[in-house]
Amino acid sequence: MSILVNKDTRLVVQGITGGEGSFHTKQMIEYGTNVVAGVTPGKGGQVFENRVLIYNTVADAVKHQGASTAVIFVPPPFAADAVMEAADCGVALVVCITEGIPVLDMLKVKKFLLGRNTRLIGPNCPGVISPGKSKVGIMPGFIHNEGSIGIVSRSGTLTYEAVHQVSEHGLGQSTCIGIGGDPVNGTNFIDALELFEHDPETEAVVMIGEIGGSAEEEAAEFIKSNMTKPVVSFIAGSTAPPGRRMGHAGAIIAGGKGTAADKMKALTVAGVTVCESPADIGDAVVKAIKKR
Amino acid sequence: MKLHEYQAKAILRKFNVTVPDGDVAFAPSEARRIAKDLGGGPVVVKAQIHAGGRGKGGGVKLAKESDEAELLAKQMIGMNLVTHQTGPDGKRVHKVLIEQGLDIERELYVGIVLDRAESKLVVMASTEGGVEIEKVAAESPEKILKVWVDPAVGMQPFQARQLAFGLGLSGAQFKNAVKFLQALYLAFVSVDASLFEINPLVVTKQGDVIALDAKINIDDNALYRHLDIMEMRDLDEEEPLEIEASKFDLNYIKLDGQVGCMVNGAGLAMATMDLIKLAGGEPANFLDVGGGASVETVENGFRIILSDPNVKAVLINIFGGIVRCDRVANGVVQAAKNIGVNIPVIVRLEGTNAKEAAEILDKSDLDFLVATSFKEAADKVVQALAN
Repeated sequence: MSILVNKDTRLVVQGITGGEGSFHTKQMIEYGTNVVAGVTPGKGGQVFENRVLIYNTVADAVKHQGASTAVIFVPPPFAADAVMEAADCGVALVVCITEGIPVLDMLKVKKFLLGRNTRLIGPNCPGVISPGKSKVGIMPGFIHNEGSIGIVSRSGTLTYEAVHQVSEHGLGQSTCIGIGGDPVNGTNFIDALELFEHDPETEAVVMIGEIGGSAEEEAAEFIKSNMTKPVVSFIAGSTAPPGRRMGHAGAIIAGGKGTAADKMKALTVAGVTVCESPADIGDAVVKAIKKR
Repeated sequence: MKLHEYQAKAILRKFNVTVPDGDVAFAPSEARRIAKDLGGGPVVVKAQIHAGGRGKGGGVKLAKESDEAELLAKQMIGMNLVTHQTGPDGKRVHKVLIEQGLDIERELYVGIVLDRAESKLVVMASTEGGVEIEKVAAESPEKILKVWVDPAVGMQPFQARQLAFGLGLSGAQFKNAVKFLQALYLAFVSVDASLFEINPLVVTKQGDVIALDAKINIDDNALYRHLDIMEMRDLDEEEPLEIEASKFDLNYIKLDGQVGCMVNGAGLAMATMDLIKLAGGEPANFLDVGGGASVETVENGFRIILSDPNVKAVLINIFGGIVRCDRVANGVVQAAKNIGVNIPVIVRLEGTNAKEAAEILDKSDLDFLVATSFKEAADKVVQALAN
């Protein structure tokens, strides 16, 4: 098993003809992901790389190809609209890779998603991968191994680092989820932790947080009362100065809130193994599994 | 993006949020003219820098008439204003805001900010105006009133009334406060702000409700649809190296340490800084070169890092996924040759073609310290610093 994406995932790529969209669609197909359709308004009827039919609307892609998951590569001014279009057609999982969506647009998206059966991952994220089954996103597939460690993270390349360390220790991943670096996102840590807790294949979870907001503190509360599986965590940004946005729109210490120290403390209290060094994630996972 | 007070007030005025009459002066003579135009009576002279705590630092002063306004402006323009937010060196003042003095009855607080946990904007109001709101939040949170706004419909009149009644206002003050709050919310969403802070919000005996101070930050992601606001960017307020980096789409933040770092991805960049600290060093910067890491980006990154005289060693940490490590290695060698690097450079390239990359670095006649793991990179940074 795995969560969110697997062999049955039927993927539609929104923005398939753009630079990023076309490059990563090829990479996803190469990995074995079942890409069933693409969407670019105005290019309906064309065929991508002689194999993927392009439609004008997500509705058409769902109707004709049974798309169940969407991945979004459209530019920031149009990305919120793209998420809502997919949700309106009942697509169950929408993964938004786009970085740079205005916050007020995302507030409207969140409101739009309420009461609909659509789960959003991202935006500003690397996507989701269930190694050996399906890759929906931009992560390098080859660093992943099939296995039993679930990984959830607000960062891209730092997730790859965690994956790499886990793989180096001869372990693999059940599913890796990048929830994104924006202040307003779809799926949060708690959602992902809950999915991993109920996934029989996942034995332990790695949670990579960073400065800004209080998602890690809220996750700590959840872990304390709901998680039976071991959780290993690293929080990036101990050395980040307050008031500065560290690359990710959501990575900012504001008004003394959202520091790495606060998050690490909350997680430690909740029984999480918190790594002080990002180099120790792999070792910590091995220890956590042995203890079980 | 941060705005100056005078820019923030110009925006508020446009959306019918009441602000004091006044204008910005770049020279003392302008200050005198503005003070005269305001009637020649008492005015406030306010230094315009991107930092709070200006009053305590001597950046906000009262002038009885226009001659004194000119004198105060003369003292302020060109001074280095030190506040608790500027650091010990302070910030140079290039302009002052001249505003009409007001007959203040009460000082209140109003702010609008994103509540990340709720995914909604929250409008906050407090009777404790003129002091740091973080302090109020920590010591007496019950004194901060909050309403959360449904993004689909915007702030409703009942919510504005709720806050205005909560502040203990009545009569004309109440009516004007309700109008003020609704106009303020409209301004916030119209300009894609990420923060509004009106501290203090003052009420006068005459019943007016006025934004005596105004702090506005704009959501960088939304600037593409506010070109007029983008033009308000003040390069005098930014670190020169950060301006240089932004020309090449590099995400660089200058810090005070001695180990420069160049990383792909914001999270990994922060983690690399943390690792440097754990290894006994201090990071000199945050630098995310993005996904590409081409010869040009690496070269520009090198140049910017090395322009900081504090830098004694450089750590390059690239996790090659889609971008191949051997290409990055060639870029690093080429860039180091072009620039003539003469301090230790620790390179850690992991991911696609990492082995080939290590060979390229080893074979180059440049003195790179190659690390294969995150741990080894940290150890080598310590070594380099010790030598």
